[in-house]
Amino acid sequence: MLEHNNHIDESLSMAPSGTLQPQEWTPELIQQEIDALKDKPGAILPILHAIQDRFGYIPEAAVPIIAEALRHTRAEVHGIISFYHHFRTHPAGSHVVHVCRAEACQAVGSRQLEAHIKNKLSVDYHQTSRDNEFTLEPVYCLGNCACGPSIRVDDTIHGRVTADKFDRLVDRLTTSTLEVK
Amino acid sequence: MTVTVYVPCDTTALALGADDVASLIEREAESRQLDLKLVRNGSRGLFWLEPLIEVDTPEGRVAYGPVDPSDVAELADAGLFEGERAHALAHGLTGEIPYLKNQQRLTFSRIGLTDPLSIDDYRAHRGFAGLEEALTMATQAIVDEVKNSGLRGRGGAAFPTGIKWQTVHDEPEGQKYIVCNADEGDSGTFADRLVMECDPYMLIEGMTIAGLAVGATQGYIYLRSEYPIAHRMFNEALKRAYNAGYLGNDILGSGRHFDLEVRLGAGAYICGEETSLLDSLEGKRGMVRAKPPLPAIKGLFGRPTVVNNVLSLAAVPFIIDQGAQAYANYGMGKSRGTLALQLAGNVKQGGLVELAFGTTLRELMEGFGGGTLSGRPLKAVQVGGPLGAYLPESQWDSPIDYEGFAAFGGVVGHGGVVMFDDTVDMGEQARFAMEFCSVESCGKCTPCRIGAVRGVEVIDRIRAGENADANLELLSDLCETMVDGSLCAMGGMTPFPVQSVMQHFPNDLTRQQA
Repeated sequence: MLEHNNHIDESLSMAPSGTLQPQEWTPELIQQEIDALKDKPGAILPILHAIQDRFGYIPEAAVPIIAEALRHTRAEVHGIISFYHHFRTHPAGSHVVHVCRAEACQAVGSRQLEAHIKNKLSVDYHQTSRDNEFTLEPVYCLGNCACGPSIRVDDTIHGRVTADKFDRLVDRLTTSTLEVK
Repeated sequence: MTVTVYVPCDTTALALGADDVASLIEREAESRQLDLKLVRNGSRGLFWLEPLIEVDTPEGRVAYGPVDPSDVAELADAGLFEGERAHALAHGLTGEIPYLKNQQRLTFSRIGLTDPLSIDDYRAHRGFAGLEEALTMATQAIVDEVKNSGLRGRGGAAFPTGIKWQTVHDEPEGQKYIVCNADEGDSGTFADRLVMECDPYMLIEGMTIAGLAVGATQGYIYLRSEYPIAHRMFNEALKRAYNAGYLGNDILGSGRHFDLEVRLGAGAYICGEETSLLDSLEGKRGMVRAKPPLPAIKGLFGRPTVVNNVLSLAAVPFIIDQGAQAYANYGMGKSRGTLALQLAGNVKQGGLVELAFGTTLRELMEGFGGGTLSGRPLKAVQVGGPLGAYLPESQWDSPIDYEGFAAFGGVVGHGGVVMFDDTVDMGEQARFAMEFCSVESCGKCTPCRIGAVRGVEVIDRIRAGENADANLELLSDLCETMVDGSLCAMGGMTPFPVQSVMQHFPNDLTRQQA
């Protein structure tokens, strides 16, 4: 008999997350996310996370809705969104690749890896590849510093990444459909 | 007979294929018709051996690693399930591996032993003993224990934790907060992540004790969004702690009250600075506040607030359970207890090393780390994150303690140690320090906001050989201005790595000029 980790929730599955499939936003759905969280103290970050998690980005049209619900000005809301690197105001590609640029990864060749990745995907940071498959973002530390260079693809972190390993990963993500377990 | 096999589930083990290893082990056990109990434990922090799998034997747990998915079938044939030790990947009893055995683990004593989410496992290793003790103590007595332990903030600033608690304790009754700074943004650090992924109840327990000590009923953990696994694990641990009565309105039937919530940051390094973190939690841009007023008096939403690092709070359950003296017995001078050192970068045997203050960098990098991963000579080591100085070989033999390091311009910080071999271009590293600050500055004060941008430009000119001497002098002035004129440690310390390169590796900075 196999005894699985039956005490760990399904939501805790450590399996790599697949393609992001954000939902189409509507003002009503945005309002729904706001209403669920707006009574928390300091609610705006949780609200922005909820919107981005659900729709893949924070649509411009969300700004006045949030502003009204939280009694902020639109400028304040815009200022908050633009302050944080995590929030994006345009849809990302099917996969988001975060490349660690911090010192521990630099010490094991991340500068060369960065160059390779940009070249392979034909994009610079904050850009999405023409086929809409990959958005490239820099990140300053994924906490995997003893086994760098590290990248994060969607929610999965990969360690000791080489140019070859990255190419294989890209091939797998672009050619196979997501395996549903 | 049931065979128990452990496969870690922290970020690093997973990043190296632990999930695949786990499912292949299940498959092998099935084909051998073995009754397998697969436990997803936390990591021991021996990252050079991850995925490090263990098998229960009558003598203890036997370790194998690093196990690539492609090794599993061969390992099973070589007697993995029987704990055979002949295979090249076998390391004998886990507890006897020198890297682990030679540590002094107080805070991380449970890490990797237990299933991180199992409250029973946690309790079996003295978990919640500190909280149970704290529930019987007067608030002042708890604060006194923490004071007497000599614990200083492990986030970097090293302020005495007990004094901070005393200030909040002495404020008039009313809403007070415990805020845990889990924005572990420094390169080379992963100890906070390990606590949250591998021993989360320890942090819950530490924060609850802090709440009892100062009269706070609400705690927030400000966690960086770069740690998705820590987020999932910790939220699940919170849910279970509530269900088991360790949190909420009536902690273990005592009538005492403490609530905890995780809040995600959004990728801003500056939010690791305590006042920026508070602004961010309040729902603003994470901009630095001028001090005073101190957060202990006027913190989150203007109320008295304890802001502590994960490791500071994680040290508390041990201190309350075993007594202040048991903790203070470790360490040297005014640096008491143990430090979670994190060996990273170009290192052969990277990972978490918990040791009493007073060890040397050389012992750490050579004794534990085994030198560089590349096998080339070590050239420089950056201690204390991206704002820490790069230390040359002449400084590797100083004992690690806060005062000793400060005396030569070193920074202990959060305990991150990043090693570089002799292929590193220190001029590039100096430039990167300024570039990082220009990306991550909150923008509130001019020396940091403008200084960092100008710093990149001046270094570029020096490296291009343009008026190198005059520009070096300018860079030196700029660094002084940033150190003296910045509002917080971001701008105030960004020059440290740059100045250390100017001082110890000057040729790297100017070598572009032929």
